[in-house]
Amino acid sequence: MAEAHDRPPEKFTLRLRRYDPESGGAPYWDEHTVELEPHRSVLEAVLQAKDRFDGSIGIRCSCRQAICGSCGVRVNGEPALACHTHLDAAKAGAREGVIEIEPMGNMPVIKDLIVDMDAVHWKKIQRVTPWLLAKQPVPEREYIVSKEAMVDVTQTMACIQCGACVSDCLAMEVDPGFIGPAALAKAYRFVGDPRDDEQFERLNDLAQDPQGIFDCTHCFKCVQACPKDVNPMGQIMRLRRIAIDDHHIVDQNNGERHEAAFTGLIKDNGILWEAELIPRSYGGNSWFGKFHPAAGKELLNSVPTAIKGLLRGKMTLTGILKPHKIPSADLKAVQSIYDKVESRPERYELNLYIAGEDEPVEESLDDPVAAGVTHEVGGSEAPPSGAQPTDFPPGANGPQEG
Amino acid sequence: MPAHDVLIIGAGLAGQRAALAAAQEGASVGIMSKVHPVRSHSVAAAGGINAAISVDDDWRSHAYDTVKGSDFLGDQDAIEVMCSEAPHEVMHLEHMGVTFHRNEKGEMDLRAFGGASMKRTAYVADITGQALLHVLYEQLMKHHETVARYEEWFTTSLLMGEDGVCCGAIAREVRSGRMEAFTAKNVILACGGAGQAYKPTTNGLIVTGDGIAMAYRVGAPLMDMEMVQYHPTCLVETGILITEGARGEGAHLLNANGERFMEKSAPNKMELASRDVVSRAEQIEINEGRGVGPNGAGIFLDVTVVPRRRTLEALREIVNLGRDFAGVDITREPIMIRPGQHYIMGGVKTDVDGRTPIEGLYAAGEVACVSVHGGNRLGANSLLDTLIFGRRAGEHAAARAAGIGMPSVDVNAALRADGAMIDAIVARDREGRRVSEIKSELGETMNRQVAVFRDEQGLQSALETIGRLKEEAERAWIDDRGTVFNQDVLGAIELGFMIDCAEATVVAAIERKESRGAQFRTDYPEREDGEWLKHIDISLNGNGRAGGPQVSYSPVTITQWQPEERKY
Repeated sequence: MAEAHDRPPEKFTLRLRRYDPESGGAPYWDEHTVELEPHRSVLEAVLQAKDRFDGSIGIRCSCRQAICGSCGVRVNGEPALACHTHLDAAKAGAREGVIEIEPMGNMPVIKDLIVDMDAVHWKKIQRVTPWLLAKQPVPEREYIVSKEAMVDVTQTMACIQCGACVSDCLAMEVDPGFIGPAALAKAYRFVGDPRDDEQFERLNDLAQDPQGIFDCTHCFKCVQACPKDVNPMGQIMRLRRIAIDDHHIVDQNNGERHEAAFTGLIKDNGILWEAELIPRSYGGNSWFGKFHPAAGKELLNSVPTAIKGLLRGKMTLTGILKPHKIPSADLKAVQSIYDKVESRPERYELNLYIAGEDEPVEESLDDPVAAGVTHEVGGSEAPPSGAQPTDFPPGANGPQEG
Repeated sequence: MPAHDVLIIGAGLAGQRAALAAAQEGASVGIMSKVHPVRSHSVAAAGGINAAISVDDDWRSHAYDTVKGSDFLGDQDAIEVMCSEAPHEVMHLEHMGVTFHRNEKGEMDLRAFGGASMKRTAYVADITGQALLHVLYEQLMKHHETVARYEEWFTTSLLMGEDGVCCGAIAREVRSGRMEAFTAKNVILACGGAGQAYKPTTNGLIVTGDGIAMAYRVGAPLMDMEMVQYHPTCLVETGILITEGARGEGAHLLNANGERFMEKSAPNKMELASRDVVSRAEQIEINEGRGVGPNGAGIFLDVTVVPRRRTLEALREIVNLGRDFAGVDITREPIMIRPGQHYIMGGVKTDVDGRTPIEGLYAAGEVACVSVHGGNRLGANSLLDTLIFGRRAGEHAAARAAGIGMPSVDVNAALRADGAMIDAIVARDREGRRVSEIKSELGETMNRQVAVFRDEQGLQSALETIGRLKEEAERAWIDDRGTVFNQDVLGAIELGFMIDCAEATVVAAIERKESRGAQFRTDYPEREDGEWLKHIDISLNGNGRAGGPQVSYSPVTITQWQPEERKY
């Protein structure tokens, strides 16, 4: 994967989103052409423009090596660390070869590429009681905890608080009150830490909050945005699993049953049956769910949407009354996945901290931990046994579920 | 006007640790930083933190290694304090929530590091600094009622009472441009080193010597400023740091002939000799034509000899750095590195409680010189330094605050002066040079002439250049005329800070006519304990910046270890 790093400097054109709060004017675009080797970073390009042409360009930055988390911006519309984005890659993804650099989304802009992280990001971090509530009594030396558990929470510890995931969170765009990916990943850092004494209280709090763990819509944007492979959505899913499976916390906001309705419908039909989704989400995961009072109310509310759908031809009466069908061989294949997953004795998680690589780790086959499959911290303390880590491609750089 | 028992300037590890300690003692605390605390450069410390926590270890062994690493210039009383308190401090951090890597028994794991006689470095993968910094910030959020945070406030100068006591600081809120005076019974400087005076450097763009220069300008002496650490493994192009943890895990250094050349200068410790020794050995290979890569300007760091799974687990960050910043998969092929400016051992002279000779003014962390690092700092001792002396300074300042009243000082003159200084920079005509050009020339000069190998001629030439740059900086112009996030004007102030630090460094390097630790004079290649086993202090002696730096000496404290020949 070595790239040619001896290429000569080239010209790159940057289009910067500028905003001067003191001018009273609207945001505007500002173009500069810089000259740098193609593997240099977008940050170096912005700094060259700042040093040579216009010192008033505002951007937070310090370390230049993707660890301080200051330079979160959007490059060609996608959230990224400016220091962590190569110019050649940015140019390849740019319209007409001009690299567009804008401030991050979901946060108010203060000036140019600088956003108000306190107003959004840090407020949300504070929402999740972001400190260890240590088990008592505190030992004289270190807490004795498993190596796997510490490596596991180190994945969320590796979050540099850059805000890239917040910038792109679709759920937060619709519901600004959503606690959001960064703060919930931070919550996992304590929920997953065996030294923390309040796992249930933390989870219950985040499950009961209508803008908590069940407000995430699985869009994967945060997974893609994160420059440190923290996998915020995956951490949110783990919070859900521990809340539901280990603590039997009932989600008051129906998110859990909604999820069960999805998986139940697909198990039954091999494909989603939209018309049955609301009844099952509210009335429980069976055909009789629609007779539940809560489901009736929701169904009634959805009648106008259904009529609109019918009139526009997006829905059919048959589609409402009967499930969609797929060939029976396909249905069997889908159901066999369920059988396989549900027959597992315990829950296993991919740990991207170790295996966030593009190829399998050699030693993986006879060592589940090496494969990046860690034992779920919320479960029993026994080491994984009888695991079939090859069920998951070891080192798959993907999310944990979806 | 904000007033605190203890005002801390800088919110990296030393500052945050000081804040928590002072608040614990019941003091009212304010902590101020020009960036958000988690952006502080402590975040980039990778490898770990040293402490004799193993049952087979003894803090005296850690202390001896540190004394030897310092080339006997470290003050042994201070080193004893640091090393003996280290295990307790590391356990305290673990209890606070740091996710230290464990061994199979569930105890903290330890890794090997340069200059250490045994495995003594506790770590969190290779993001130890980040983990520590973020956990301390968790505690600051927890204690928000007792610790006031001033995030993104740029300190322009220290506030001095007529009796020569430090009683606060003047600062500018970056977001609004508003100037504010902060009074305090004590000020603790914890705002890091001055790496940006070098180009390239491993240090972040914010590391501009602010605290060192501000203390120097109010008369505090600087000590050991000639001792500038070049880290042996930095990426050739960008100067980005590859952690010593890589060599701790077993990586080799190879020259163009594929030889592990460290066997010539450190046959026992090989790649894990102290940093000054390894950097010199690399530079010799490069200078004598055995370097690798374009112009033979690099050395190979071969991490492929470390088991791949171990690399992915314990050195994950540098796997990413190699891929993203050099296009190399370090688990498959060697990566090209060279020595690069990394740390300054020198700083504002303090005692073991962080006190500077100026009453009411403390310093801790890289900004300070206790001196525990002497001529050369051991890897993984800097995190320890920040935490031990940050805590001690916080505790001592809180105790001092309990016995005195809030200073009554007229802040208006100082506020006006700093406001006028900023207005004058903003109003400068576009006649001289840009701030960025001067900064660039300063950094390149230092990296050429005040680096791994030095001589009289080069140092004198550097001093001359710095003199010229100092004058040019007085007239340097900027573009930004606004008040909201005017980073341009702050850059001009930082340039002045860096120039003061650079000047003190060069003057001290000229003064020390011997080779010790990080200072290697090709014209004086031997260590001369008879004449030079002493600290060089640089101060303004009340003459202000115009009077220029004055040199004096202070003795090295020796408790149990007499100087001996240093071999690795």
